[in-house]
Amino acid sequence: MSQPDDYIPLPASEVTPKSLYLTRREFLKAAGILTAGTLLAACAPQVLPTQPTPAGLVTSATVDELGDPLNTYDQITHYNNYYEFTTTKEDVAALSQDFKTSPWQVQVYGLVKNPRTFSVDELTGLFPPRERIYRLRCVEAWSMVIPWQGFPLADLLNMVEPQPAARYVRFETLLDTKQMPGASSPFYPWPYQEGLRLDEAKHNLTILATGLYGEPLPPQDGAPIRLVVPWKYGFKSIKSIIKIELVADQPATLWSSLAPNEYGFYANVNPKVDHPRWSQATERRIGELGRRSTLMFNGYGDQVAHLYEGMDLTVNF
Amino acid sequence: MRRRPTFLQLAIIIGAWLPMAFLVRDLLIMHLGANPIQALEQRTGRTALTLLVLSLTCTPLHMLTGWQEPLKRSRSLGLYAFMYASLHISIFIFVDYGLNLGLILDELTRRNFIILGALAFLILLSMAVTSNNASKVWLRRNWKRLHRLVYLAAPLIVLHYALSRKGNLFRLQGDVLRPALYALGILLLLILRLAPIRIYFRNHPVHVTLPKRPQTD
Repeated sequence: MSQPDDYIPLPASEVTPKSLYLTRREFLKAAGILTAGTLLAACAPQVLPTQPTPAGLVTSATVDELGDPLNTYDQITHYNNYYEFTTTKEDVAALSQDFKTSPWQVQVYGLVKNPRTFSVDELTGLFPPRERIYRLRCVEAWSMVIPWQGFPLADLLNMVEPQPAARYVRFETLLDTKQMPGASSPFYPWPYQEGLRLDEAKHNLTILATGLYGEPLPPQDGAPIRLVVPWKYGFKSIKSIIKIELVADQPATLWSSLAPNEYGFYANVNPKVDHPRWSQATERRIGELGRRSTLMFNGYGDQVAHLYEGMDLTVNF
Repeated sequence: MRRRPTFLQLAIIIGAWLPMAFLVRDLLIMHLGANPIQALEQRTGRTALTLLVLSLTCTPLHMLTGWQEPLKRSRSLGLYAFMYASLHISIFIFVDYGLNLGLILDELTRRNFIILGALAFLILLSMAVTSNNASKVWLRRNWKRLHRLVYLAAPLIVLHYALSRKGNLFRLQGDVLRPALYALGILLLLILRLAPIRIYFRNHPVHVTLPKRPQTD
C-alpha cells in the first residue's frame, strides 16, 4: 500500500504519553490498582510449583477429535478429585507428592482362567501404552481434554480370560492411611471401589492409563495405573488400582453406596438426566469462562450408545 | 471529632477486608487455580457465611461475658457478610452463568440448593437495606421481627453449602465436614439464645477477668 504524498511520519517526541491520553483520573486509578496488586503479590504465599511442568511434553495433537484444545499439563495436574488425599482439588498435587508408586502390584483375579499379579512395568511391557486424547467430564459439571497414555483394558482381560460366569469387573484403589491423609476420614466407605459391566470393560475406548502428556502419571492423577472410561462421569475412572476382580454380580461402588439416589452404577454422561441437586445440561471446560453444552455420552455416543440399547437411562443413571 | 476506633472495630475492619485483599491478589496474579470462577464463588460464599456466624456470636458473647461492645458490632459484621454474599451471587449470575437467564431460571426453579441460597440472600438483602437507624425508627417493632429472620438465613446458608457438595449432611457422609462444622457452630449459638439459657446466664454472668500482670519489682 502506498503512502499518501503528504504523509509525514510522526516524530517520537510528538507522541502523547500514555499517562496523558488516559485521563488523569483513570491513570491514577490504574496506578493505584497496580501498586496495590504488586504489594499484595509481594506478600503472596509460595505459589505452589509442586509439579514442575516436564520439559518435553509430547502429544500427537493439540486438539481432540472435536477440535477442542487440550488442557494444559498444569491444569490437569493441579485440579484433582482424589479424596484419599483431600477434598480440596487444588491441594491434591502438593499432598500426594511423596506417594510411593513403585513397586506396585495389580492383582487380577476372581472369575478368570489365569489369575495373576502384575507389576506395572510388566503390564506396560506386555501392552505398550499408546496415546488417547479423551474428554473427562466430572459429575460436578466441569471437564477437561487430556492426552493419556494407556492400553485397552480388553487386552489385559483377554490375557487372563474371564470365565463364562464373569459379568462384571470390580476395581479397587490402594487404601493407605499413612500416605493418604484424607483416607482416614470417617465420612466415606473406604476403600474406593468402582465397577463396569464386562462389555463396557472390554470396549475399545476403555483404557488403563499409566501416562499423561508423554510422562508417567503423577500421583494426583492416579499413578501408577488408573482406569479411564471417557463416556462416563470422572468418578468411574478409578485411580491407583491395586485390584481387578472379575465377578458375577454388579459390584458395590463407593459413590453409589454412599448416595445411591445421586450416583448410579452406570454414571454415563447424560445432559438429560440431572444430578438430583444440580443440572448436568452444561459444564465448564477448565480454562474457559462460560459454560458449554454437555454432550450425550460425553461425545462418544457413536461408539458406545449400542451398549445401552433398550435400557431406560433415567432409571439406570 | 471522630473517636479513635476500638480494638474490636479495628479487628473487624481488618478481618473483613483481608479475604477481599487476598481475593484481589489471587485474581491479579492468576492464583485462583484451574477453575477460577468456582474458586471465587466458593471463597466469597465461605467468607459471607463466616462473617454472618461471627455477627451471630455478638449477642451470646455479651451474654456470657457482660462485654457491651459486641452488641454494637453485629451490624457491621452482618453488612460485611452481605457484601460478600452480594459478590457471591453476582459472580454466579454474571460470570458463571454469563447472565443466561434461561439457565439461571432453570437452576432457580429446580435446584434446592440454589433456591435455599436465593432465599437466604433475600433475607440478608432485606436486613441490609433496613440496617440504618432511620429504618429502625420507622419499622419500630417490625424491625426486630424482620431482623430475627437471620436465624432462618444462617441455617439456610449452611444447607445451601452442604447441598452443593458431594455428600449428605444428615447422614454425615461425603464431603460435608466443613458445612457440618458451621451447622454445629450455628446450632450452639442458637441454643445459647433460648430463653431459659439466656436467663440463666443473665443471673450467672461469666465475667472474664484478665490475670493481673505479675509485679516485676
